[in-house]
Amino acid sequence: MQISKDKFKVVGTQLGEAERISKPSLSFWKDVFIRFRKNKLALFGLVLLGLLIFMAIFGPYMTPYDYASNDLGNKNQPPSSEHWFGTDDLGRDMFARTWEGARISIFIGVAAAVIDLIIGVFWGGIAGYKGGRTDEGMMRFADILYGVPYLLLVILLMVVLGQGLSTMIIAMSITGWINMSRIVRGQVLSLKNQEYVLAAKTLGANTSRIMSKHLIPNSMGPILVTMTLTIPSAIFTEAFLSFIGLGLTPPIASWGTMANDGLAAMRYYPWRLFFPAIFICLTIFAFNVVGDGLRDALDPRMRK
Amino acid sequence: MAKYIGKRLLYMILSLWMIVTATFFFMRIAPGNPFASEKKLPPEIEANLNAHFGLDKPWYAQYWEYLVRIVNWDFGPSFKYKSQTVNDLINEGFPVSFLLGMEAIFIAVAIGVILGIVAALKHNRWPDYTAMIVAVLGISVPSFIMASFLQYFLAIKMGIFPVARWESFMHSVLPAVALASTPMAFIARLTRSSMLEVLANDYIKTAKSKGLSRGVITVKHTIRNALLPVVTYMGPLTAGILTGSFVIERIFGIPGLGAHFVTSINNRDYTVIMGVTVFYSILLLVSILLVDIAYGIIDPRIKLAGGKKGE
Amino acid sequence: MEKLLEVKNLEVSFQTYGGTVKAVRGVSFDLHKGETLAIVGESGSGKSVTSQSIMKLIPMPPGRITGGQILLSGDDIVPKTEKQMEKIRGKEISMIFQDPMTSLNPTMRVGTQIMEVLIKHQNMSKTDAKNRAIELLRLVGIPMPEKRVDQYPHEFSGGMRQRAMIAIALAANPKLLIADEPTTALDVTIQAQILELMKDLQNKMDTSIIFITHDLGVVANVADRVAVMYAGQIVEMGTVDEIFYDPRHPYTWGLLASMPSLENDDKADLAAIPGTPPDLTNPPKGDAFAARNKYALAIDFEEEPPMFQISETHFAKTWLLHPDAPKVEPPEAVKKRIRQLSSTFEKPVIVKEGK
Repeated sequence: MQISKDKFKVVGTQLGEAERISKPSLSFWKDVFIRFRKNKLALFGLVLLGLLIFMAIFGPYMTPYDYASNDLGNKNQPPSSEHWFGTDDLGRDMFARTWEGARISIFIGVAAAVIDLIIGVFWGGIAGYKGGRTDEGMMRFADILYGVPYLLLVILLMVVLGQGLSTMIIAMSITGWINMSRIVRGQVLSLKNQEYVLAAKTLGANTSRIMSKHLIPNSMGPILVTMTLTIPSAIFTEAFLSFIGLGLTPPIASWGTMANDGLAAMRYYPWRLFFPAIFICLTIFAFNVVGDGLRDALDPRMRK
Repeated sequence: MAKYIGKRLLYMILSLWMIVTATFFFMRIAPGNPFASEKKLPPEIEANLNAHFGLDKPWYAQYWEYLVRIVNWDFGPSFKYKSQTVNDLINEGFPVSFLLGMEAIFIAVAIGVILGIVAALKHNRWPDYTAMIVAVLGISVPSFIMASFLQYFLAIKMGIFPVARWESFMHSVLPAVALASTPMAFIARLTRSSMLEVLANDYIKTAKSKGLSRGVITVKHTIRNALLPVVTYMGPLTAGILTGSFVIERIFGIPGLGAHFVTSINNRDYTVIMGVTVFYSILLLVSILLVDIAYGIIDPRIKLAGGKKGE
Repeated sequence: MEKLLEVKNLEVSFQTYGGTVKAVRGVSFDLHKGETLAIVGESGSGKSVTSQSIMKLIPMPPGRITGGQILLSGDDIVPKTEKQMEKIRGKEISMIFQDPMTSLNPTMRVGTQIMEVLIKHQNMSKTDAKNRAIELLRLVGIPMPEKRVDQYPHEFSGGMRQRAMIAIALAANPKLLIADEPTTALDVTIQAQILELMKDLQNKMDTSIIFITHDLGVVANVADRVAVMYAGQIVEMGTVDEIFYDPRHPYTWGLLASMPSLENDDKADLAAIPGTPPDLTNPPKGDAFAARNKYALAIDFEEEPPMFQISETHFAKTWLLHPDAPKVEPPEAVKKRIRQLSSTFEKPVIVKEGK
């Protein structure tokens, strides 16, 4: 093999060359997004969720019928071109009621999740950040409250406070926030001793600044996942309460009350049960797979 | 270990005390409650209530009386029916609910564990995807919807199973399956992720490097370790089965405690709601405690926390 | 001496979603009976993948042996099935892993974990296996083995767990023991004990050892020969003396210069090797080490160097050994060590062309 002599001169390190990373570097959320997109089921859930929300917003306007007006001449009609999802025992249009119900269910879910978020971030954030006795006391209280069976407490509160949308959301939030506060506390605890927070502290940043600029943004992932998974459980709880006679009062159309009414008439008018039941399932399904997908996408162990 | 159980017992009692106290005070503020005197009650019921709560005494005396009676396993009279007490309801309905619940727990654990194991062993292949879609469906379909669908298709339309009532084993199949569906899905997912975690462990590589066969590694090294976290799920599982029974028993017309509870809610039979809630809470908290103790016995690593040191 | 293991041109790659990682790129070495070969390199150099490939323990997929042969007593194990491998693992070749805290099954008694090997490979009955397990625990220096045999791993300290791992690995008298950084996770005092134990057992059992480490200091104590790996290739290989007293590859110089030693006086700085190893999804052209190499030649960036032979046992893969290459001075810390070794050839010979 002949190689020209001038190739054999020392040129030394060329670190620019070595440090060039051939993989493109990705920002955290972009990376999360790419992994989320790979999860077909989660992507499907997201599309489904988009459709459900779209219908919750525009569905009631797609039919001339109002969700609350009775038409006793047309009761218990099967689905037809006139009444797409049929009518109920008071002749109310099921299509309009279904999407009205979607609004209620999604509203309940989101409201419960937001209340959990506010209390949970506050409680868990302070407990984790302060540490020591404050942490001990706050988390012991949460532990004891957590021991109280969730649905039983919700049932009890609904019995006592009376049925209604706001009492339902309050009842759900009474113990619902605990999970969120535990997650926030765990995140805060693991993050607060990391170098960049220490660095911020040495630079003289105060507590609220550290909280809002460093801790909260970095705990966003798990918080988002918990919220996404709280929503379906709240939707489930609403339907469950309606099923045992503690649901919303007429004329409000919620999926739970519709399914409860439909159950009684299932043998002869099955569509009255099936439409609300199927949409309850689809919504819970969509939120669950999106939440799972998000959790998997955020899991650092999945990053390679 | 003893210290651990003692601590858990203390928390359990605190939680229970919170529940009992909450039910007592909630009852006093509920509209049309037994303590409000504006409502005229049938004399027999009034007498029952008076005997139990001492209505003429101040509230703290009533509260104390109430606590003492619960400690003595006396959950009080009915506010609607003169010859019925909460204890009667429990004695009558709970055995039925217990049987149904056990059947559901068996289905949930057996099928859930199998699905989870198969999914993990065939990770990222079709059995995994299938099992996980089944699981996500199980989680997305609430038990009462599952129950009504099963009842509509398998009982009313096809006539394979009886529609309702509690008479034979066949009568229990659909309600048990409906009750089991959601916890089964959770168990399947939990088993799968736990299996995958164990499979990624170094000691699995050690087992492989010893020349053990795949079957031996799976059974002796993987499944055993993977099922430990599943044991901790038994507590929430009991809770899920128990609350699920409220609606399932109603749908299938089963005379269990859950159905009685829902009836009392609809009747606003406050004292029964209160008593059954307390009973359920005791049941749940005790079963969660038992699960925790069982876990400590099964997992050899936990004994260390109890003070027995090996080194 | 009889050759126990011959690895020829081994290539292993992993399919990841960032692309195919060529973790091992044409590795060849051999190992004699009773000999200890140390494989040294940074993390990601392919040393662990190489050793796990010998037992076919790399997860497949995503891993794949894409080329080469692994001859165990002349028999190629690359095409063997999992079932056939079960007869080799634990019996012919066994392995000790880095972290004794995680490499034992936490819910199985230590004795049972040893007995598994005996029952599988020696067809022992349960009672015999248990007695032998007690003997093995005693052999690896665990006090009160009759009691320890029934304990769980969490009741053992780190050093004792690693001793138990050694007992498992040696239970079936394997011909080859692969130790993948067996002392890295241990305290320094325990490290020395474990190394001593391994040497002692090797003498008793006449086992060959492949010792994977990133710590050259450990190498000097245990190895007969050393292979230095970088970016999935062996860049220099020779006897311990050749590597320590007459290193030829600039990467080996770098490793030696960055090794703290008592002889180093304060003035001779510890020289770190600048930069990081290359990304093996897309290995650089020419010499993979060139970019970090203070002595890199122009040709290093264009042409992969061939393997030069410096003595009967000493090989190095660097253009610096080419007759046309300029004479360069190794770093101060290395220069001080260099001695004239009698076995060295008059002039390096090319044994294998670079690709």
